[in-house]
Amino acid sequence: MQTKSKGNWLIHLFPIPALIVYVLFVIYPIFSAFTYSLYDWNGIAKGEFIGLENFVTLFQVEPFNEMFWNAFSHNVIYFIVEMIVQNGFAFILAYILYQKIRGGEFLKIAYFLPRLLSVIIVGFLWKLILNPNFGALNVFLTKLGMEEWAQPWLGDPDTALISIILVNSWFGMGFAVLIFLAGLQSIPEEVVEAARMDGASGLRLLWKIILPMCMPAITIMTVLTFIQAFEAFELVYAMQGSKGEPFYSTDTMAVYFYRLAFGGSGGTDTVAIGLGSALAVVLFFIVASMSAVSLYFMRKKEVQQ
Amino acid sequence: MKPSVGTRSVQYLVAYLLALVAIYPIFLMLVSSLKTNAEIFADPLGLPKAFSLEPYRKLLDSVPFTDFLLNSVFVSVVSVALILVFSSMAAFYIARFSYKWNGILYFFFLIGLMIPIKLGIVPLFLLMKQLALTNTPWSLILIYTASGIPISVFILTGFFRTLPVQLEEAARIDGCSNFQVFWKILLPLIRPALGTVMIINFIQAWNDFFFPLIFIQDEELKTIPVGMLGLFGEYEADWSMLFAGLTLSALPMIVVFFLASKQFMEGLTAGAVK
Repeated sequence: MQTKSKGNWLIHLFPIPALIVYVLFVIYPIFSAFTYSLYDWNGIAKGEFIGLENFVTLFQVEPFNEMFWNAFSHNVIYFIVEMIVQNGFAFILAYILYQKIRGGEFLKIAYFLPRLLSVIIVGFLWKLILNPNFGALNVFLTKLGMEEWAQPWLGDPDTALISIILVNSWFGMGFAVLIFLAGLQSIPEEVVEAARMDGASGLRLLWKIILPMCMPAITIMTVLTFIQAFEAFELVYAMQGSKGEPFYSTDTMAVYFYRLAFGGSGGTDTVAIGLGSALAVVLFFIVASMSAVSLYFMRKKEVQQ
Repeated sequence: MKPSVGTRSVQYLVAYLLALVAIYPIFLMLVSSLKTNAEIFADPLGLPKAFSLEPYRKLLDSVPFTDFLLNSVFVSVVSVALILVFSSMAAFYIARFSYKWNGILYFFFLIGLMIPIKLGIVPLFLLMKQLALTNTPWSLILIYTASGIPISVFILTGFFRTLPVQLEEAARIDGCSNFQVFWKILLPLIRPALGTVMIINFIQAWNDFFFPLIFIQDEELKTIPVGMLGLFGEYEADWSMLFAGLTLSALPMIVVFFLASKQFMEGLTAGAVK
């Protein structure tokens, strides 16, 4: 469908505006971060080239290494809990909607509603709800006669991280429901019918037919959850500040990166741009490799079709 | 074959219970914004005794909410408009012509889907400073436009490719130029995809607070999410006002959503499911 006619060189200008903006504000900054990570750069001016020293500091020097692994482990927990709570519940709900239920349209909207709020609004709202003294959750538990369950949710290092992840699940569940539902609805009806004729029903049908056929949607949701978990910043910042209070128990790599890049007690009290950039590079490779793996699988799927 | 009555009841219970979990906090936010502080502290779960709009009056006196709102509208609308124009032009080029570098160009745009752009924030900050764009809405507009381009090019290219070539050939025989083919023939046909791109990027720009947190200092230039950040620092004890602030921040998006809930839900998930 080559379409060449004279005087049509102007067509080559079509991708230029997108290309300029994209290169300048996405590609250039990310790749500059790579070079920044190789310099000794604290504060105002770029210092000397120090090779991989920032990475060595990040992984081997106290307290940076502790900070790193502490934050990293929280990202991992973030991912695992989101997979179980947010995506687990979302799949159950999508499966219920798939089997037709009265009020299905209303339910979809209800699950999706939290997703419309800005993450910072979500954080503030839940900060109020989880307040130890006047927060709705503790008052509710007390009214149910479960006083012993009432906690200073965000103030206690044992419950703070899990509270934030559950709030994130509240925010993201509706989106996951829609993805899973789209996956379920793309399963050809003949396949399900045929399996039923063969006597498969209930859990067997779900396990043997539905789940495997829903794999593309599950893969996509897993990847998105992974990326989101490893980039977690907004909610932690809104609810627990830039130090991941209490005592860094809710810290994540992105929050730690923010501290290093913009100052304030990331192990140091000064800005550490070189070190922050090194952390960005590590985080970049974690997220990008997951994206690349997912692209590979999606490509493979396309080929099969 | 339907599930048994027992299974069915459990399904209804789970589905509606979780709907309650999803909605109730939002309902609580709305209700609390109509109470006095004393009422909230005495009975956080109860309904307001007398609907008082006092918290809203106080809120509007203490923060320039109208400014925040207008800033959010300006930044989001301009970003989305730029994304639509730039991405559709690039996608048209990639999808409807077969120059040898088109594949590379497409792949180059797709790289952006894998890049967590937040991580480039330090160089981005220095770049914006050099361009004298920090503390202006244009810093945000350029970032939202740039970061919205990959997913938009991806969706629009896919859509352009589904259109039959004959349409275009017929138009060319009638003497249409490339630009006329693009503008008069193809763009109207990919309207659904443009709608999807619009919604995805609008939500993104409207709700973001990471970039304004870093780029915007002046109170009157803040968008809604960062504007509210200040409120929480300053009026920590005035819960009814905080709830009013949250409600007011959430309202515009919820109103837009109810005008087009189906397109919204499809639009936001389209990028992922496609």
